[in-house]
Amino acid sequence: MRLEHKVALITGGTSGIGEATAVLFGKEGASVTITGRDEKRGHAVAEKITNDGGKAIFIRADVRNAEECRRAVDETLRVFARLDILFNNAGVFYPHTTLDCTEEEWDLQMDVNLKGTFLMAKAALPHMIEQRCGVIINNSSGWGIAGGDAAVAYCASKGGVVLLTKAMAIDHGRQGIRVNCICPGDVDTPMLPEDARLRGLKWEDYLAGCANRPLGRIGTTDEIAKAALFLASGDSSFMTGAALVVDGGGLAD
Amino acid sequence: MAGKQLDGKTAVITGGAGGIGRATALLFASEGAAVGIVDLNPERGQEVVREISIAGGRAIFESANVTRSADCRRVVERTLHEFGGIHILFNNAGIIRRASAVEISEEDWDAVMAVNVKSVFLMSREVIPIMARAEGGSIINTASGWGLAGGARAVAYCASKGAVVLLTKAMAIDHGRQKIRVNCICPGDTDTAMLRSEARQLGEAEDRFLAESAGRPLGRVGKPEEIARAALYLASDAASFVTGAALVVDGGGLAGSG
Repeated sequence: MRLEHKVALITGGTSGIGEATAVLFGKEGASVTITGRDEKRGHAVAEKITNDGGKAIFIRADVRNAEECRRAVDETLRVFARLDILFNNAGVFYPHTTLDCTEEEWDLQMDVNLKGTFLMAKAALPHMIEQRCGVIINNSSGWGIAGGDAAVAYCASKGGVVLLTKAMAIDHGRQGIRVNCICPGDVDTPMLPEDARLRGLKWEDYLAGCANRPLGRIGTTDEIAKAALFLASGDSSFMTGAALVVDGGGLAD
Repeated sequence: MAGKQLDGKTAVITGGAGGIGRATALLFASEGAAVGIVDLNPERGQEVVREISIAGGRAIFESANVTRSADCRRVVERTLHEFGGIHILFNNAGIIRRASAVEISEEDWDAVMAVNVKSVFLMSREVIPIMARAEGGSIINTASGWGLAGGARAVAYCASKGAVVLLTKAMAIDHGRQKIRVNCICPGDTDTAMLRSEARQLGEAEDRFLAESAGRPLGRVGKPEEIARAALYLASDAASFVTGAALVVDGGGLAGSG
């Protein structure tokens, strides 16, 4: 097992990529704290991990709120006594151009996707610095590197995550902390059919568009979880400040 | 993860007799792969084969100059003959000449481009049809941090590694539908004979040069094993949705503008 004796905190862990990563990290021996806003789903994921013989707790927390971020970290330390891995994965997406994106939708995406990453890192870093080791993984997006249509706030927030990752890597490398991000392409999560619905597209047509990349398919949540595992484990010990693109070749052209 | 990550796979590794190539050959073999080691240096190459055999792994060495298409063909034929397939190709052979455009000779320019870029094309051209007939494969090219950002007195090297990054993406596009993934690694300064040779080429003291190389967020140079583990990730099924990517493994060297 590659994460034995490690403690991981995963935001947005109640579904999609967060859930898959929580399950994989649990299987690899890590004790896992899952945070999210959906209590029912959060407890279900924690239970799934516990039933598989792993250790997991769910903490209801909104990453937009600094106090709730601190509480998630404190509670993790109280239960598991340390914090080695922070996966900032919570994210929201609304497909809008600048003209039809409301200020509220702009704020929501920037606050969850970008400020939430900052707030969680701010809460976790002092403990990692004290331990002299730690790994932060931020979930960015292919649309944090290249622009996409009708996704202004999402693109801005995810571009922000890529550069926040690099800036934090520079500040905390000498303290033994590695900070990297993952840039997934379209992945089989609840976010995808929701996007199709909001754009008024037929699912089959939408999916065909998403699959139009060199590998000819969308990704699975497990494939992103495995990238997170690589970045969380000692296998990536010389990596920091990197953006790991996991997108079936979507950004190659 | 239970079991070995490369069980049942065959890997060909160019520049496999030393540094990153050697570390990767040892790691891939310990993860269950049969390894074809390709290098100009037969003594060191055979030594890596011995190391792998002693550890209970399977490996062969083929002496070859990967800038020659006939040599590349011979390497592939021998590997197929010995192991019956090729699932992973690690195009890792590389050289560096620390010189500006004014300083470098045309011969050195050609040599750097031939070893660092053309060999990737020649080897991939031999291996892709084999991978396409099987259930796909993984090609990994060693680019460099200097394939993404420029460096002082290294014009041919930077040009060659920039070419490797884009050759990687172009091949990923062409062969993704055949389930062949093509990625590159962009290592930062790593403790190899090549890094030490740079100090000599620049006429600098080795210890001072190495200390300067450590000037990055993690405060040290990389180890060949750390690049090998990045190659393992890209070679394994854990990276099944990764293609056309440039994996930067540089202790944070490229995170800022320096």
